[in-house]
Amino acid sequence: MIRLEKRPSPSRFWTATTPLLAVALTMVAGGILFALLGKDPLEALRTIFWDPLFHPQFASYSRPQLLVKAGPLILIAVGLSLGFRAGIWNIGAEGQYIMGAIVGAAAGLAFYPSGSPLIFPLMVVAGALGGWAWAMIPALLRVKFRTNEILVSLLLVYVAQNILASAAVGFLRSPEGGGFPGSRNLSQWSSSANPELITGTGMHWGVVAAFIAVIFAYVLMSKHLLGYQIRLAGQAPRAARFAGVEPGRLVVLCLSISGALAGLAGLFEVTGPAGQISIDFNSNYGFTAIIVAFLGRLHPVGILLAGLLMALTYIGGELAQFMLGLPAAAIQAFQGMLLFFLLGVDVLSNYRIRFGRRSVA
Amino acid sequence: MEMFGGINPAVLIASLMVASTPILLAALGEMVVEKAGVLNLGVEGMMITGAICGFIVAVETGSPLLGFLFAAVGGALLSLIFGVLTQLLLSNQVATGLALTLFGLGFSALLGQGYIGVKAPTLGRIDLGPLSDIPVLGRILFSHDPMVYVSLALVVAIWAFLRFTRAGLILRAVGESHEAAHALGYKVIRVRMLAIMFGGACAGLGGAYLSLVRVPQWTEGMTAGAGWIALALVVFASWKAGRVLVGAYLFGGVTVLQLNLQAAGAKVPVELLSMSPYLITILVLVLISTRGAQGAPASLGRSFNASS
Repeated sequence: MIRLEKRPSPSRFWTATTPLLAVALTMVAGGILFALLGKDPLEALRTIFWDPLFHPQFASYSRPQLLVKAGPLILIAVGLSLGFRAGIWNIGAEGQYIMGAIVGAAAGLAFYPSGSPLIFPLMVVAGALGGWAWAMIPALLRVKFRTNEILVSLLLVYVAQNILASAAVGFLRSPEGGGFPGSRNLSQWSSSANPELITGTGMHWGVVAAFIAVIFAYVLMSKHLLGYQIRLAGQAPRAARFAGVEPGRLVVLCLSISGALAGLAGLFEVTGPAGQISIDFNSNYGFTAIIVAFLGRLHPVGILLAGLLMALTYIGGELAQFMLGLPAAAIQAFQGMLLFFLLGVDVLSNYRIRFGRRSVA
Repeated sequence: MEMFGGINPAVLIASLMVASTPILLAALGEMVVEKAGVLNLGVEGMMITGAICGFIVAVETGSPLLGFLFAAVGGALLSLIFGVLTQLLLSNQVATGLALTLFGLGFSALLGQGYIGVKAPTLGRIDLGPLSDIPVLGRILFSHDPMVYVSLALVVAIWAFLRFTRAGLILRAVGESHEAAHALGYKVIRVRMLAIMFGGACAGLGGAYLSLVRVPQWTEGMTAGAGWIALALVVFASWKAGRVLVGAYLFGGVTVLQLNLQAAGAKVPVELLSMSPYLITILVLVLISTRGAQGAPASLGRSFNASS
């Protein structure tokens, strides 16, 4: 007879170890998955986790990609983690990310072909505002009408995708694109470009913003009253109300931060690595960031590491696609499995496992 | 209305029923799950897994009915992962449901590798002879494929099950107060596991209806938010089977209408029409929530651990 006994507070040891355990379990399960697909599991795992960093031929290309991919994931995940801690579930970051990119790009393109140095900062602000505004829809509906923010934020992703489609073929389409969908190339217009800052590192402004967000979130969560209120609201909503935490204010704040950060991520992506508004520039970062947030235990430093790991699976996945013919979807399923194992092993940090019958108290 | 020039209203209603069936099936399943006090946000993932499982089996065996059977099995198996994680390992239901959706989307794309562009055998309409030939009514009521009738029968069956049977009462008790149900000797975890698997099977059927009847083809991510709309529908319906039917058909009506408007070349941007079902769902959610979450099971989303 196995029983679970709730720990008075989560075990520190297991909280730190379970992500590693989950990664290890996912590698085993992923290896089985790859073997079922007819690939050598060890070779597949080496291609995904080792080769992007150390392969003599590919590493020089793929190593900088690590920061390129981790940047937006970390930026979005840090924002999401604040809300998740407080029990506020913004799962529509993908939509906020898209809207940030569109609004930011539109703000810049309005001044095309000006060479003013103010354009990029203006776009950054517009991008953050775009994501923020999109997140305010579920926030205000939740505060005013108690509408479920999970469903609203998620449904708005599909609305944003349609707006993106109409931007790419309609109001933001490049007049010089020969009728093809897609905006002007923002990374080639010097006023809007978000270039690699240090050659060979993949570092662009989005990555810098991600690092700043990590530090900001760390200070907020551990030193600031608001961070305390967020944690309290998540752990004991009733106690939080007695302590004077206004739930509505917290909803608006958490969704503001996560929306603005997702919008920023979108803007930096569209001016840098993606280069233009196109129908499918978004590459699902908004959803993967949810996995990153949980994998990082909703802790800023954890998210930093988790973002890098998840970026590695992206790059490794592409490499495995190219080298071993592993389907792109396999890596997506692999990422999903990682989240399953993570949630599963979480039981170790919150509960003690007892064997044998319960003693009569 | 000249906008509908050439469109037969009977055909419109009949196609509305076809458009509604996937979300109706998924929402009915989710309603039972939530009635048992479990919030499974993985409907989208279970639907798409059902869509591909059903599609593969139907293509390989040539039998759409077998396809639907395996779609239900596939959906139920996937939901079992959710069940084990949330019920036995007591993980957070919101996060686990999301994980199920993310995993389902990737997993289905993986399974569906070789099936893009393949044609599946589709379900034929049931021919009810003279009944199907009745003008207007015959087209609306008596000339559908079997799954439409299955979904309607399921509405009645679930309503009757929850209202009149002992098992239905136990399920509701578990959803309202798991402590009380446990104290009375009911197996809370077992009831919830069964409910979760039933929900998974229903979502799987709904997904297979998309890939085998509605579209009928396999494309990655083809559920396109249908699972989330099904979740919204349960809230809209205040956890009542009859209202799930009304909601699903209303929603199906909007979908069919906007598709017809697109086809008719209405002077509204295509993107605005395509986003209208989602916008209307949000609007309805807002309207419903202004009068409070009536009928929500009291233990919805809470983990149960007997030893705590």
